Amino acid sequence: MALRDRPSQFVAWLQAGPMMLVFLVFFLVPLAFVIIVSFWDYNEYEMIPSFTTRGYVETFEGCLAQLPELCTILKTYLKTLKLCFLVWLITLVIGFTVAYFLAFHIRSKTWQIALSLICTIPFWTSNVIRMIAWIPLLGRNGLVNSGLVKAGMIDKPLEWLLYSEFAVVLALVHLFTFFMVVPIFNSMIRIDKRLIEAAYDAGATGFQTLTNVIIPLAKPGIVIGSIFVITIVMGDFVTIGVMGGQQIAAAGKIIETRLNALQFPAAAANAVILLGITFMIIAMLSRLVDVRKEL
Amino acid sequence: MLREGRPLSFYILAFVFTLYVLFLYGPMLAIYVLSFQGPEGGLTFPMNGVSLTWFSKLFAGGGIVDIGAAFWRSLKLGLVVMMITVVFSVAAGMAFRKRFAGSAFLFYTAIASLIVPSIITSLGIALEFRVLDDAVKLHAADWGFPKLAEDWTTGMGLFTSGLGAHLTWTLPFGLLIMFAIFNRFDSRLEEAARDLGATPWQTFRHVVLPIILPSVVGIGLFGFTLSWDELARSSQAIGSVNTLPLELQGLTTTVTKPDIYALGTVTSAVSFLVIFAALFAIRALQKRQERQGSDAGSGLV
Repeated sequence: MALRDRPSQFVAWLQAGPMMLVFLVFFLVPLAFVIIVSFWDYNEYEMIPSFTTRGYVETFEGCLAQLPELCTILKTYLKTLKLCFLVWLITLVIGFTVAYFLAFHIRSKTWQIALSLICTIPFWTSNVIRMIAWIPLLGRNGLVNSGLVKAGMIDKPLEWLLYSEFAVVLALVHLFTFFMVVPIFNSMIRIDKRLIEAAYDAGATGFQTLTNVIIPLAKPGIVIGSIFVITIVMGDFVTIGVMGGQQIAAAGKIIETRLNALQFPAAAANAVILLGITFMIIAMLSRLVDVRKEL
Repeated sequence: MLREGRPLSFYILAFVFTLYVLFLYGPMLAIYVLSFQGPEGGLTFPMNGVSLTWFSKLFAGGGIVDIGAAFWRSLKLGLVVMMITVVFSVAAGMAFRKRFAGSAFLFYTAIASLIVPSIITSLGIALEFRVLDDAVKLHAADWGFPKLAEDWTTGMGLFTSGLGAHLTWTLPFGLLIMFAIFNRFDSRLEEAARDLGATPWQTFRHVVLPIILPSVVGIGLFGFTLSWDELARSSQAIGSVNTLPLELQGLTTTVTKPDIYALGTVTSAVSFLVIFAALFAIRALQKRQERQGSDAGSGLV
């Protein structure tokens, strides 16, 4: 065995090597650069490799002095967390319902595949287009507004439908519910149907079966879906930018703004903060489930 | 299953599901229709006549941006990303069938690459290349390449930093699909091939690959579409030229005419073409497998 093991290790390294190399050069080293550069100094047009905490200090400028008022960065993070929570809750409810329908109510394999594909196809198309697609519906003269005016329910068009927090949440739900549906469906499809039958036989109501059997067994999928949605929304700047009319501040937008001003170390410091918060959320969630076992 | 007939909950959930599908597709359909807006038409309904005005404006050039060039750039990049994603994912997926030193590390790196916010990865790649550029400009002469130091502008570009940024997004999906494949793979088939004297390569080429081929097409589909539509990771790491999604995003803040819808329709048309070609190929491959009797790969996407 020992004789055969060594070459097989070598072959495995050859096979996995190219992927590892890509992650090393384009993910791990860049992450290291983000952390290193976050401690560099900068002026109007370049970064200066000397140690300073300026990026962090400027980010939190005035946070202590302004207490109990919240400073900009804390307000921004609170706003981001609020968006995150709303999107998480809505995608979870919709995603769970859709996954439940597909897993437990669709009996033929063919239909299950067909309906799953219908849910998946938009994921393979452009996010930006799916955002723009709301303009003719939600705009000042969009379908919703003109419909409501015609119906006599409002006098003048609602302004908060587009380029608002509402639009941001709507678009994020529209784009990313898919990330909830897939893992939850995956967990549900593995649930032994006899367990549900046993619950019914033991006299459980439909609701009791749902809360005591299905939800606990679907928990891994719920956690994985939640990790996806939360990390996407925490770092998002494109959807918040386009749907918020570039007017809403968020964690990802701060980084983008700093980058546009070519303040790389400041952008990096903000990236490190965002990374830290994101990982804290993931760590809390992944305590609930062993991710590797679920794949 | 449990009871005969459909329970009431089926109809309620079917209704919710239908609403969800409408919610998914409705807005997209609206812009496909509106892209055929007449020359006097605006960004919203009603349609003011029907024409191809906005499509011809798009390809006439001279307008807002050079859409044609961005189109071909994105297409080339997408194809390259697709090929690399398929090859690297299949190879790594084969490696993961046995435990090897570093397998857990690679797995967690791939997952991290998937969930670390895109803008951070993009920023990191941009910083890496900036530091590289500065190093080359400063030191290339000392290393014996004075010409290089003079001519060097940047290492960033579509097929360096841009390609890398896209791969950090597509490779984790490829790897996860490979995991799904081999979770259900019957390895007795390989043993049989070995027992019959096949070399490892022959076993892969004539036994494993034909069985997993439909799913490999699926990896290609993910590779191309994710790259074709990628925006957040490209934003800082693409260099001086823009991909199609970046051009589209740029248009959202300036455009007041339906040409943005026309661009959206063209972009989506490419996506749908690729999606349906891939799904058709997958179906054809599965049919062939069914005809040839082995059910070893059934149930895989």
